[in-house]
Amino acid sequence: MCRLALKTANEPFSPFEVLQAMEAMQEGYDGSGLGLLLRGLEFIDFKYNSKNPVLSGIAHTEKALHRLNDFMQNKGFELKYDHEFDVDISRIEAGDRHKYFLRVYKQPSPWADFSEQKIENELMLTRLALRRDGEEHNGDLTVFSFWPDVAMIKEVGWPLGVGKALGLDADRIKSRVCMAQGRQNTNWGINLYACHPFFIQGIGTMTNGENTAFIPIKDWLTGTHYPGYIGYQSDSEVFAHILHYVIKQLGLPLEAYKHVITPLKTEELLDHPQGDFLLGLRNVCRRLIIDGPNCVMGTLPDETCLLVMDAKKLRPSTIGGKPGEWAMASEMCGVDAMIPDRDRALDFMPMREHTIIVPPDRQEIKIWSQFDQFPQPQAA
Amino acid sequence: MVSIRSIPSTPSSLTPNDLPWIIKHNEERCTLCGRCTSVCPVGAIKLSYMRKRMPRIVLNSSERGSSYKTFVGIRQRTDPAHRCVGCGSCSMVCPNEAITPTPNSNDDRYRFQSAQKGEPVKRGGRRNVPGASLLDRIIFNRISMLTDPALDAGRHEFQLNTLLGRVLPPEEFLRRKLAGEWIPPVREIFPFIIGSMSFGALSPNMWLGLLQGVAYCNEVLGIPVVMATGEGGCPPWVLKSPFLKYIILQIASGYFGWDEIIRAIPDMQCEPAAIEIKYGQGAKPGDGGLLMWFKVSKLIARLRGVPEGVDLPSPPVHQTLYSIEESVMKMIQSLSMAWDFKVPVYPKISGSTSAKAVLNNLVRNPYAAGLLIDGVDGGTGAAYNVSMDAMGHPIASNVRECYLDLCAQGKQNEIPIFAAGGVGKNGNITQNALALIMLGASGVHMGKYIMQAAAGCLGSERNRCNVCNIGLCPKGITSQNPKLYRRLDPDQVAQRVADTFMAIRTEMKKIMAPLGRSQSLPIGMSDAIGIEDKDVAERLQIQYIC
Ligand code: SF4
Ligand code: SF4
Repeated sequence: MCRLALKTANEPFSPFEVLQAMEAMQEGYDGSGLGLLLRGLEFIDFKYNSKNPVLSGIAHTEKALHRLNDFMQNKGFELKYDHEFDVDISRIEAGDRHKYFLRVYKQPSPWADFSEQKIENELMLTRLALRRDGEEHNGDLTVFSFWPDVAMIKEVGWPLGVGKALGLDADRIKSRVCMAQGRQNTNWGINLYACHPFFIQGIGTMTNGENTAFIPIKDWLTGTHYPGYIGYQSDSEVFAHILHYVIKQLGLPLEAYKHVITPLKTEELLDHPQGDFLLGLRNVCRRLIIDGPNCVMGTLPDETCLLVMDAKKLRPSTIGGKPGEWAMASEMCGVDAMIPDRDRALDFMPMREHTIIVPPDRQEIKIWSQFDQFPQPQAA
Repeated sequence: MVSIRSIPSTPSSLTPNDLPWIIKHNEERCTLCGRCTSVCPVGAIKLSYMRKRMPRIVLNSSERGSSYKTFVGIRQRTDPAHRCVGCGSCSMVCPNEAITPTPNSNDDRYRFQSAQKGEPVKRGGRRNVPGASLLDRIIFNRISMLTDPALDAGRHEFQLNTLLGRVLPPEEFLRRKLAGEWIPPVREIFPFIIGSMSFGALSPNMWLGLLQGVAYCNEVLGIPVVMATGEGGCPPWVLKSPFLKYIILQIASGYFGWDEIIRAIPDMQCEPAAIEIKYGQGAKPGDGGLLMWFKVSKLIARLRGVPEGVDLPSPPVHQTLYSIEESVMKMIQSLSMAWDFKVPVYPKISGSTSAKAVLNNLVRNPYAAGLLIDGVDGGTGAAYNVSMDAMGHPIASNVRECYLDLCAQGKQNEIPIFAAGGVGKNGNITQNALALIMLGASGVHMGKYIMQAAAGCLGSERNRCNVCNIGLCPKGITSQNPKLYRRLDPDQVAQRVADTFMAIRTEMKKIMAPLGRSQSLPIGMSDAIGIEDKDVAERLQIQYIC
């Protein structure tokens, strides 16, 4: 069973704090792996310009690393910083980890004239090209993300152990948002790409539970032929892609996500202030309806964080915190571990209709219900 | 051997043992009430007087050696026209369990004599291939065990409905919504649709019972069932009633009944559920509709705008058909226009290797609301036996191919594919339908099944009964003769319709809950099904299980 923890704070903090929350929730999972996503980065030995993209992944052989270097160079990327993890390789279960890379690049100079959308596209295509290169070479190169201000780590093993092995407890890297998930996807065999969080163009999500509608959703996303909608080693990857589709492709507000993955029933929509629009949206996005139980946590490029429950509400999750600092976890003890000094009476457990949004200023959380007015002028 | 010159032997002479059904009659129990002979739809049995000789040895020459005794009994006719069809009506009415038809376990000889007067066999029913169908062999094997508490079929809420109508790509929907442009009509309906059976094929009581049952399902049970008329229109009182919204009106190549429909448009209180344009039928591909003269009663003649008592064959193709593209486009557009583009209009075709071509043409037609494919096991009220038995394409692979084709184009949500043809042939209605849904269908149409479940139709794939074409239906389902259709009580049919749909609803939950599905109909959930046949599994792209 997956356990999820996400912390977001105005002051950068060590990912190790979140790993400790994972430890607190240890009873519920098999600890077979760790997935981490950090956003709002701060390095101890480098002053990072958050506009520059960060490439995260693993080179499993020296050859792969050379190919990576050549590829990036040929593309015109300039290496600004190469974060050296303090790795204790003896504590890593897998034997083929040549180098964990977390590198800051400066984008090729011709990109200066590109539109924002084109740059975003190029970044994604670069990541996909590297991924494909790894896959064509027996999986010797794994790339998790390539995006400004985002770093990702995925590894097999007990989460806290992996954190220690990578020296994450040394505070050499900090972030304002950190999401962690504690299991390799056992449904599909061990594959680093199958581990949450999933990432696409600045959007990251992780999920617990099983999405039984996976195949029809995957078939539909694949059918869009959008280059980033690939992978699907895990049934949870579709959550990230649907969020991407709703926000980036359809240009809808974050609140629409819930209406797409878990639409209200017809009777409920007929009473809804924008029922007509939402009913239409439900029909056109029908193949994206998930079938949980799931709890989805995610972050967006502007550091907004979100927590969405599925419609069956068979999964627990809690959010708690205080202005400037919020934590969400699949178990309440996880929130306790991340922000012990909060007013617990204000903790909130979302129900089937809720999306919790932590805005970038982190002053207060927004508890948004699907039955509320939908914040879209066109829907009126 | 002695030569008996007077043996009544012609090429078509048969004995009861040569017939498909043999009547077993127990003379001991027969009270000679005559009910069986009067109820038999085909006159297969007759009450006969017979005389037998009673030999006696006499020594006295003044007495005659033998005497004769007359007796009465039921005898089976053996001429092809009066062969027993195995309907069992005689046993149903026999007060004394003295008579019953039994299937001939030998190969009957009738099949070689069935063509009489140059006319091959016509009948109703389905393809006569008994036994488990391919759909019966598909099982649901992706039981959700890994991380989930299993769903409770009895307590959880399930979203079981499907959509009928053209669904826009999400981007286009948002654009049109913003621009205030036309959004194609979409109906949310129960995925089990009562398939098209015409008001001429069915008796008025059957039709009324179905409609009553459908209304009850919608208005009391909350199951949004819709039913399709076949070709031949719809009674005017229905057209002008609020029940019209539960009805899919069919237009076929004879356009029968459409005068009445068009005339009723100004008086309609609501729109019909959809319009179905029939291009083909699974039971008799390439053949038009056929209502034989026996069934063209006064009422039917009026509805269809024809004289009484004449055969009503519809042409095999629409007269507008120059090419399917052109015809589909013209007809879909004209019919959409008739209802102001507020009613989904979709074509029905027979299962065929060319189904994909039709589908791809529909994909490019912005008004096409779906595609119904009727497979080789579909039923009909009247067709040539050869068309039924030998023509067509099985539904499963046809639907799967079409669905995968849509997936490759990312259009599987835009054009719903509905499947028909042998769904529930062996009674496994929900299992068959959900198998088709997981292969990619958005829902199923069922005709014969509903006749069997709701009205006790006796027909079977061992060619039992199947005399729907001649208007002598022993159950009063497919007859226009009041003496026969009064046997069928519309209220009881309605009750059975409600029973059937309630049971289907429960069975759907019993299948979906273990698969962990409750939030939407599992269309295309092909990871959940498997079959113990490697070749089929490969063809359908589902799991091979053993
Ligand atoms: S089974 Fe039907 S067809 Fe045969 S004799 Fe009895 S009533 Fe007539
Ligand atoms: S019972 Fe009626 S409808 Fe059924 S097969 Fe016989 S004639 Fe046809």
